[in-house]
Amino acid sequence: MTDLDAVRARLAAARGEQYWRTLEEVADSAAFEELLAREMPAAAVQWLDPMRRRSFLKLMAAALALGGLGGCGERPSEPIVPYVRTPEGVIPGRPLYFATAMPSAGGFGLGLLVESHLGRPIKVEGNPRHPASLGATDAHAQASVLTLYDPERLQAVTFAGAIRTWADFLGAARAALGAQRAQRGAGLRLLTETVTSPTLGAQLRAVLEQYPDARWHQWEPSRADAVRAGALAAFGDDVRPIHHLAAADVIVALDADFLGCGPAHLAEVREFAARRRPGQPMNRLYVAESGLTPTGAKADHRLGLRAAAVAPLARALAAAVGVPGATAPHADQLPARWVEAVARDLRRHRGRSLVVAGETQTAEVQALAHLTNVALGNVGHTVSYVPAVEVRSEDQLASLKTLVDDMAAGRVEVLVVLGGDPAFNAPADVPFAEAMGRVPLRIHLSLYGNDTAARSHWVVPAAHYLESWSDVRAFDGTVTVVQPLIAPLYGGKSAHELLAVLGEGATQAGYDIVRARWQAERRGADFDDAWRSWLEAGVVPGTASATRYVLPRRAPAPSQADGQEGLEVVFRPDPAVHDGRFASNAWLQELPRPLSRLTWGNAVHVAPTTAAHLGLRAEQVVELALRGRTVRAPVVVAAGQAEGSVTVHFGYGGRGPFHEHGFNAYAIRPSDALWSGWGLEMRPTGARSPLARTQHHQRMEGRDIVRAFPAGHEPPRATPEPAAAEPSLYPEWSYAGYRWGMAIDLSACVGCNACVVACQAENNIPVVGKREVLRGREMHWIRIDTYFTGDPAAPGTYFMPVPCMHCENAPCELVCPVEATVHGAEGLNEMVYNRCVGTRYCSNNCPYKVRRFNFFEYSRWNAESLRLLYNPDVTVRSRGVMEKCTYCVQRIVQTRIAAEKEGRRIRDGEVVTACQQACPAEAIVFGDLNDEESRVRLLKTEGRNYALLEELNTRPRTTYLAALSNPNPELA
Amino acid sequence: MIKQRPLWGLLAEFASPDELLAAARRVRGAGYHRIDACVPFPVEGLTEALGFRRTWLPLLVLAGALFGAAGAYFMQWYAMGIWYPLNVGGRPLNSWPLFIPITFELAVLVGGLTAALGMLALNQLPMPYHPLFNVPRFARATQDRFFLAVDSRDPRFDRAATAELLRSVGAAEVSEVAR
Amino acid sequence: MSTPSAPPPVLAAPHTYTSITDKIAGIVLTRGARRGWLLGFAIGLALFTLLGVAVTALLYVGIGIWGVNIPVAWGFAIANFVWWIGIGHAGTLISAILLLLRQEWRQSINRFAEAMTIFAVMCAGIFPLLHLGRPQFFYWLTPYPNTMSLWPQFRSPLVWDVFAVSTYFTISLLFWYVGLIPDLATLRDRSQSRIGRVVYGVFALGWRGSARHWQRYEVAYLLLAGLATPLVVSVHTVVSFDFAVAQLPGWHSTIFPPYFVAGAIFSGFAMVLTLAIPLRAAYGLHDLITERHLQNMAKILLVTGLIVAYGYFIEAFMAWYSGNPFERYVLWNRLTGPYRYGFWGMLLFNVALPQLLWLQRVRRSAVALFVIAVCVNIGMWLERFVIVVESLHRDFLPSSWGMYYPTFWDWATLFGSFGIFLTFFFLFIRFIPMISIAEMRMLLEEERGEAAA
Repeated sequence: MTDLDAVRARLAAARGEQYWRTLEEVADSAAFEELLAREMPAAAVQWLDPMRRRSFLKLMAAALALGGLGGCGERPSEPIVPYVRTPEGVIPGRPLYFATAMPSAGGFGLGLLVESHLGRPIKVEGNPRHPASLGATDAHAQASVLTLYDPERLQAVTFAGAIRTWADFLGAARAALGAQRAQRGAGLRLLTETVTSPTLGAQLRAVLEQYPDARWHQWEPSRADAVRAGALAAFGDDVRPIHHLAAADVIVALDADFLGCGPAHLAEVREFAARRRPGQPMNRLYVAESGLTPTGAKADHRLGLRAAAVAPLARALAAAVGVPGATAPHADQLPARWVEAVARDLRRHRGRSLVVAGETQTAEVQALAHLTNVALGNVGHTVSYVPAVEVRSEDQLASLKTLVDDMAAGRVEVLVVLGGDPAFNAPADVPFAEAMGRVPLRIHLSLYGNDTAARSHWVVPAAHYLESWSDVRAFDGTVTVVQPLIAPLYGGKSAHELLAVLGEGATQAGYDIVRARWQAERRGADFDDAWRSWLEAGVVPGTASATRYVLPRRAPAPSQADGQEGLEVVFRPDPAVHDGRFASNAWLQELPRPLSRLTWGNAVHVAPTTAAHLGLRAEQVVELALRGRTVRAPVVVAAGQAEGSVTVHFGYGGRGPFHEHGFNAYAIRPSDALWSGWGLEMRPTGARSPLARTQHHQRMEGRDIVRAFPAGHEPPRATPEPAAAEPSLYPEWSYAGYRWGMAIDLSACVGCNACVVACQAENNIPVVGKREVLRGREMHWIRIDTYFTGDPAAPGTYFMPVPCMHCENAPCELVCPVEATVHGAEGLNEMVYNRCVGTRYCSNNCPYKVRRFNFFEYSRWNAESLRLLYNPDVTVRSRGVMEKCTYCVQRIVQTRIAAEKEGRRIRDGEVVTACQQACPAEAIVFGDLNDEESRVRLLKTEGRNYALLEELNTRPRTTYLAALSNPNPELA
Repeated sequence: MIKQRPLWGLLAEFASPDELLAAARRVRGAGYHRIDACVPFPVEGLTEALGFRRTWLPLLVLAGALFGAAGAYFMQWYAMGIWYPLNVGGRPLNSWPLFIPITFELAVLVGGLTAALGMLALNQLPMPYHPLFNVPRFARATQDRFFLAVDSRDPRFDRAATAELLRSVGAAEVSEVAR
Repeated sequence: MSTPSAPPPVLAAPHTYTSITDKIAGIVLTRGARRGWLLGFAIGLALFTLLGVAVTALLYVGIGIWGVNIPVAWGFAIANFVWWIGIGHAGTLISAILLLLRQEWRQSINRFAEAMTIFAVMCAGIFPLLHLGRPQFFYWLTPYPNTMSLWPQFRSPLVWDVFAVSTYFTISLLFWYVGLIPDLATLRDRSQSRIGRVVYGVFALGWRGSARHWQRYEVAYLLLAGLATPLVVSVHTVVSFDFAVAQLPGWHSTIFPPYFVAGAIFSGFAMVLTLAIPLRAAYGLHDLITERHLQNMAKILLVTGLIVAYGYFIEAFMAWYSGNPFERYVLWNRLTGPYRYGFWGMLLFNVALPQLLWLQRVRRSAVALFVIAVCVNIGMWLERFVIVVESLHRDFLPSSWGMYYPTFWDWATLFGSFGIFLTFFFLFIRFIPMISIAEMRMLLEEERGEAAA
């Protein structure tokens, strides 16, 4: 410990002058060696120890120490403003919440409230005032705090791999730019991901003004150009649809996973789920898609369709509702009955229906969807249009191609890549990496040492969004000022700071840049107050885009279907690591992907029939060949996958931590089939690669597990919950004070996994690594069980979040020999970690199997890096101890203390569990069952309320609300 | 030499259980009370022949077992209900059906210990030294010979007369036992 | 002395007190050791070492080196525990129950049967400790307010285990030792070496065969037998509660106590035969451990085997008859699931094979008996595996179904436990008379009586 401090002190000092050359120099060898020695247990036991990941954590510990913990816990020097007014200064043990926003894929902002303990951001929640969040978060946002502390991040400016200083970089950059200024920047190229930040946009424009012949390009592998093209085709105007699902009675999703991803998916889940409950008229969802998605899982009627067949379907629907110029195709692959029924349903609900086109579909489908909505009079009711929020909306593929051509032709002398990893994720037939090699000076701003960094001269560590000032637009244009919660841990720089150098050449703090930009826009004496209020609220008022009036055109002519031979391949970003940007995040790596429940890797999703036809079995490795390029990948036999269509997730196989767990789908992703294409060949190889899935059996075996009813057919409302389910010889235990309980609405849950990561972040749940998952030792306290019913080709799909049930007659407690798990005064099934001896009998006797066991020292509670991340209110469990969901008892206690200070009872909705808080669908409700008015109490009186495995008379406190569906009688 | 040293008693050796039994009856008939036999295995009827009373070990064991049972139940009732009452799986604090197994086990344990230790105690074992061990031939008492011992403290004991009696009842060998 | 029709005698060769004493004590009081003994002892030590390594690894790295997981949180360790405990039961049964039933033939096998019991319970005892996530805190299961002023949770079958097993071990040890005292005295008096005299002398407690002592001794011995008899039944009942009290399909069953006890005796007698037959050959004890003994044990094996088979049948029948879908699935899964070979192997070894014992030819052949006994031992271990793992790996919610694959360390711990058993057993047959001399003398006396009459 002492020498660790020493190292840290040295680092602080060194950092002070912005000057240190090599790591050894900083940590003088003795201290350094000892430190490593302690952080890495004797190699002797490594062979006994199956957990590869622990070595990663050890690295984390050592590496972070090197990276200079001196900065940790340090608050940024600029004044950042708490979300709610709190006593000045920090009260130890009392967290502060700061509003900020996470720039997610596509550049769209997600408003967040970040919980900070003594200056350490440890947990993110959604910002209720932000249109994209409405208080909810997704798995990526929840996991982003781990990335913040990840010592695998770049930690120093490097030139050709050797560590340099920021000052060194400035010198080199200025020299090069001087040369460029002379030739009006003819040789200067900037490459960014999609930019929505007004400040960054302004800076880019400023740079382009200074260097008129310079070019700014954008490329993001998961950004679909067809959205723009479709809007242009439909309206001749670059607009984006904003869906108002609350007003939609009938929704048709054309290969659109609007519940799973997309710039507004949290808000749309909220509105969608609100209309899947009894009380208000239920919406009806039709989905036609190639691979099963959460949206398809929630569909009342789902049509498994090859991606290429969606266009004819869209055309057929358009024709059926009378879109001018649309003629029904003679599409034999479409089930006429289905199409007609849907069309009738749409016509019946003019103005109250909605057709959503998947962003990955062709411009034709986008256009047809827009026009269908127009024809149905939905515009203004269920859908409205706003101008694109990108600073510059363009065809990114074309943009990238021009850049590559310029580079190949040697017209580029200075290439600045701000974020992203084009060398890794450019289309297979766009030789970015090679062309890049011809640029004399290559500069890359990056969080990680990715492929682009490996090919760059200068690599500048990027600052995490929780470390830097910026601003970002939400899908509707609303701006949030991104404020940092902590000074850069590894001396990272933001894109603003780097661009400032390119521009005026003078170094500027991100804070000044962003603030100056806004001061310029919103002049006035009261700017300081306004600024403060924006930071406080997490949104800048009046920045939401005004809706645009659109003029529909005639339906575009049907595109000629190219030769449809061989298999169809569909490319999608990995649900967890997305386009690869989250690959180094262990929480997301270990997050079971929706539906497949696959962790630590990606796979080829093959329809059961296709697999049978090709003689493929799960986990078998196949060679995928497309346009002459090949890659080897393991097979997942995926229920609901359209026959003859194969889904492949990209995002793995690059450079950097954990990329090696998957295969690189970019290697076969051609620019003419970025999202789907024909001519894929699959050749079985002898090899087999085990897939770490957390659910091996997805059938209910005819057991009463998930209950589902067509709307209106659910059992009648029950009287307030019966005291005892069964007559009992034993006297009842009475819970005088609070009686906590939970209700989970299976009708609302879309299986998005946000709760799983939220729970992991809140409760310091360790990651165990691929090998341990393969052994069935994952530690998640809440899991999303996914069940399929009926024909695997067209399955009924149900999500069931399963945390601890907190049974009144807890079977686990009875068999524990040491009272390590007992009932609390408020009816919680409590785990006493320090009393547990680890017989694991409780787990055996738990019919829900929600208990998790520390088979190894999973939590590196002595690892410096994770200490910073851990929630100080939650015990970190050590080896040999059982753990499980606690109903976030720490939150209950905090709230009780607050309430007792004010001498009142806890109000309903005051205690919010981590899973509940993250849930965009509001599917999880927690509260006091002794409170007659509490929401949970009312929900439990609903007829569809039931206890899982209630015949065992465990009398769970957590009960479920049966899933409701709203099938179309014509198709029933 | 032996003459000088004080005498503990006399030891008569027999070849078979039957001879020993007969001899024992005769000697006792002759009014001796402080007599004992040493045999390699329990010989039927020997205790009657020597006129021993029944042992009260069984009562001791019964008491022990009962004590064990009572103690066990009390321990569980007290620990679960009074000392640290906890709601375990919604079961009542005094879940008597679940307390029975331990109650039974402890009854057996304490009973068994009483039986074994009680036997040793009543037999005044361990007893490392006993005058009889002074007689070399006595080693065969644990093998294949049957001995009858007469204690010198017996009122009717007389060195010569008793030895004579023993020989007359068919002792193969009569030896004097030094104290 | 016996007509062909009558059962073979309990004592074959004509013996005198002297000859019997010489013969049995001779085995112990000879100098040096036979080659066979050395070999066996070496094997025992080797396995013991293996156990040492396995346990060190376990304590150092953690329970994760075993194959256990969620849902299968119990694996080999518990199966081994139940198996070893079961082995022990035959010893107590022979020494206690057959004593009460006045089965004279027990007397030449009870001594090493009891020794087997004690060593088996020792082997069993280590597993509940080792399988803890934090073995260093095993003492939290002992009945006193150990930490945080908490007592153990007396409603848990695991605590019952602690009491049952420790009681069982204590009583067995006492019973064995009390039975040993006269023989120790014999050895004390026969030993040529001073060390022998001292050591045996100390343990003999100065026993001199006084008739008064014999009187109380016999009473105590009978009482111990009387106590051990219900005890032996209770111990495996309590062990079966570990499963029966849980509500897991495949565990939660009222048939378990009797069927576990029967299984225990079944496996125990199999083990007695597995040990007796080679010993008898190695030390030429055919006159003391006669055909009669083997045949009687074979018959008991057959009977208990039938009871066990009945248990299997009722379990299956109830699974079907109860109409409980979970129970039904467990049965179906045992028959056809991924671990079906374990189940079918169990049926083959425990039900099919023992049926050969109906044939007298098989009962007469020591070799055949030995083979069957070994198979039964394997079969009974498989039974415990079936109960522990196959019930756990697919329980109520299909979502949490999983598989259990034993690791190298699981196997090492299983075979290592034989190290304890063999090591102690070989020490026992070297230094302690493996047949009760005193009781053999008694037997001889009775035979004499019968002959006279």
